[in-house]
Amino acid sequence: MGNQSFQFLVFIVLQLILTTQALYFHIRETERKCFIEEIPDQTLVIGKYKVELFDAASNTYLPSTPGIGMHVEVKDPDEKIILSKLYTSEGRFTFTSHTPGEHVICLYSNSSAWFGGQQLRVHLDIDIGEHAVDYQQISAKEKLTELQLRVRQLIDQVEQISKEQSYQRYREERFRATSESTNQRVLWWSIAQLLVLVIAGFWQMRHLKGFFEAKKLV
Amino acid sequence: MLGISVNIFVVYLLFLSKQIGANELTFELPDNAKECFHEKLKVGSKYTLEFQVVTGGNYDVDLELKSPSGRVLYKEAKKQYDQIEKTAEEEGVYVFCFSNEFSTISHKVIYIDWRVDGDPEHEIKGNSPQVAQGALTMIESKVGGIHENLEKVIDYQTHHRLREATGRARAEDLQERVQIWSLGQFILIIIVAIGTVLLLRSFFTDRRPASSMSWHR
Repeated sequence: MGNQSFQFLVFIVLQLILTTQALYFHIRETERKCFIEEIPDQTLVIGKYKVELFDAASNTYLPSTPGIGMHVEVKDPDEKIILSKLYTSEGRFTFTSHTPGEHVICLYSNSSAWFGGQQLRVHLDIDIGEHAVDYQQISAKEKLTELQLRVRQLIDQVEQISKEQSYQRYREERFRATSESTNQRVLWWSIAQLLVLVIAGFWQMRHLKGFFEAKKLV
Repeated sequence: MLGISVNIFVVYLLFLSKQIGANELTFELPDNAKECFHEKLKVGSKYTLEFQVVTGGNYDVDLELKSPSGRVLYKEAKKQYDQIEKTAEEEGVYVFCFSNEFSTISHKVIYIDWRVDGDPEHEIKGNSPQVAQGALTMIESKVGGIHENLEKVIDYQTHHRLREATGRARAEDLQERVQIWSLGQFILIIIVAIGTVLLLRSFFTDRRPASSMSWHR
């Protein structure tokens, strides 16, 4: 029992160390950075980030500056906000998609400056679907052997593949609907323009004939 | 119980010794903008960068990959997609930048897949308790093979999804434009018809009766 809780403690400490080494980019304090993730529904997304502030005095980026927080805003394909929270300079956000499509994950700092501002370095790591599953945690919790863990991983992968396939079918349907709608629109607008041209022609002739007859020029 | 604890601990140690990272990101690159990403790598890490322009303009973007010492490892202009696989020779911060500075009107959506040393965070390695060595290893190798093939399937699915997204974005753009331009043309036809008639009327109505009368003398 004590061994297991020690395991968890080590695991959590190591997780904190490991999250510091990731892909990073620079943004200004007032800038908003968005990432688009196209995912099927019922998919788990885990994002980890870490923010560092540029210190002009030492010309380096200071880690874990207190007072800097990041807003994380997640919008679903219908432009509805499904997650909007303020985290500290190092955070972890999770959400599960309920509709398939393009989800937009936006990060911006809670700085009170109006424009410009200092540079921030943001380390980011986004894991989607079966990448988001932590096998070490499962192995520690359910005490599986390596082979069982591998088979579990295979099951998760196959599940993700089948979810993506049904999502693909949904998208293809949408694509087809869009193309058919364009086809319909081209047809009806062409007919309408043809009619309008013919009617306009007739109207012009009739109107001018009446006009010239009234003016006694014909 | 102890065996599994040792197993997990070995896996942890394996993680500490390696640089880990796997990131799939899709972001929008505005026109005339440059977007850079950095990562600190150790000597000997194998990294793979794959990118694809999903929507926007002519589907092309410039990419530059620089080593910590400033040496340009990869520099290509106006590419739609590419895959770069290299091994880090220097320790330090590697930076890759996407540039859309050649375009003034189109913003691009770019998908990138950045992997360092595979993705050990969800790979399962370690010294398993060797019970029946021969049989266990064969199942393990088969399972490992299936895992790799499934990874390839997921990779192909991602590429398919990106290409489909490109096609669909174009189709939706076309649909909107057909509507707007057709409506515009419709209104224009009506305006031109009425305008022509009014113009002709104006030729024959201002101060013409006097001159036309003098004409017919």
